[in-house]
Amino acid sequence: MGRIEAALGRLGSLDELAARDTPATRLDPRAKVAVTLAFVAVVASFGRLELGRLAPLAALPLVFAALGDVPWKPLLVRLALASPFALGVALFEPFLDRAPALAVGRVTVSRGEVAFLTVLAKFALSLGAGLLLVATTRFDAICQAAARLGAPRVVVAQLSLTYRYLFVLGDEAARMVRAHGLRAPDRPRPALRTAGTLLGQLLLRATARAERIHAAMRARGFDGRLPVRESWGFRRADAVFVSAALAFLLASRALDLPGLLGATLAGALR
Amino acid sequence: MSHHLVAVSDLRFAYPDGTPALQGVTFTLHHGESVGLVGANGAGKSTLLLHLAGVLAASEGTVRVGDWPVTAGTLAQVRRSVGMVFQDPDDQLFMPTVEDDVAFGPANLGLPPEEVEARVLGALERVGALHLRRRPPHRLSGGEKRAVSIATVLAMSPDVLVMDEPSSNLDPRARRRLVAQLRAFEHTKIIATHDLDLVLDVCARTIVLCGGRVAADGPTKELLADEAVLARSGLERPLRLQGCPRCGA
Repeated sequence: MGRIEAALGRLGSLDELAARDTPATRLDPRAKVAVTLAFVAVVASFGRLELGRLAPLAALPLVFAALGDVPWKPLLVRLALASPFALGVALFEPFLDRAPALAVGRVTVSRGEVAFLTVLAKFALSLGAGLLLVATTRFDAICQAAARLGAPRVVVAQLSLTYRYLFVLGDEAARMVRAHGLRAPDRPRPALRTAGTLLGQLLLRATARAERIHAAMRARGFDGRLPVRESWGFRRADAVFVSAALAFLLASRALDLPGLLGATLAGALR
Repeated sequence: MSHHLVAVSDLRFAYPDGTPALQGVTFTLHHGESVGLVGANGAGKSTLLLHLAGVLAASEGTVRVGDWPVTAGTLAQVRRSVGMVFQDPDDQLFMPTVEDDVAFGPANLGLPPEEVEARVLGALERVGALHLRRRPPHRLSGGEKRAVSIATVLAMSPDVLVMDEPSSNLDPRARRRLVAQLRAFEHTKIIATHDLDLVLDVCARTIVLCGGRVAADGPTKELLADEAVLARSGLERPLRLQGCPRCGA
């Protein structure tokens, strides 16, 4: 039984990427969080048939991944792992809307098929951007950046503690499943009834641990707010990154870049 | 400040489900004393420690720390003077990096950032964990976690160190290092443990708890050699005070 451990290891490995020193990891976390949010908002703002307009947006994550020297394989693996959710959402589009959208030679593409591809593209772009943020920024820095940008402190404290104890909880779950497996050699996975008991146990243990942690926090003067320590300087590189990224996002939202490119090319050809 | 640093008087406590844990505990700690708190499982050691840090509130009786009775209104003062190290370092270390965790207490005391930084470095240095400062706590070994969780408390410069099973789950070398560190701390200490050899090394005085009451209180060397007291409280002589397994001497 190594699946829980393996999942935790995968989670930790993005953290290790973020600990490296690259142009992208050196950027101010607030700049990266703000640009990521703006990027996701712009991606989401396009309609269900505007597949072409999404295409140029891919440039931003590509450039950013290059700045951060982020390896492609772990990103693609994580995208693939999450893709069933997007597929579930998009699956019925091709069946519901069969009106033709465009024809290339003999092949006609229906509006539903375009919508299907649009959902997938939106999913890949937004999740990819999120993964890139995590792969270039330590999780606690993301939390603090969110706090500095005005996210409620309680939410930030929750996020940061959740991340910290995900590993402890995961270890605990893995130990329980291992203990179960050792005494049920013929049954690699707990039966439904046993699984219920195990889950209940896990919940009880988590509650007891939460109480102990809270006691430890109070003993050191916790008053409901996690102190913010790191002081970041917003440098010129950060300003350049934010303004360039925002200008690009605005342009791709306001102007039909592929259309303009097509018109220019057509004009030149004529 | 009075000459008693900690004064516990007729302390009683029952858990919400009715289980009585402390049934009239009385003792005082003086400045600079180092006291071992021993007793069988369920004798009430951890419960007593939680009262000293003001995490649990007495059902009856009083706890005084320095000039303050431990009540809801004085918790802030009490927690400045009592530093509690919990049994499981995973409960103690909740921040994303070691240095953030050590800074947590001093930052909550409202100290200026330079002072917080100085305390973090000083505390990590004392426990020999300065090289771990940027690591996330969940990636540390058991011994490293223990050292860091002691540093989190040292950074608050407490008057009293309260420790629950500090030597549990440590390998022999880490345990020996811990004993050396504990001996070097000039703080007043109260250490709850089953490791009677550690008590012998670190604590001049021992309090034996049994069934929520103080069964004995006196010099460690006498108490831990007293078969009758130990047997009544579900304990045994420390290994070092037992006969040689080879020659029986």
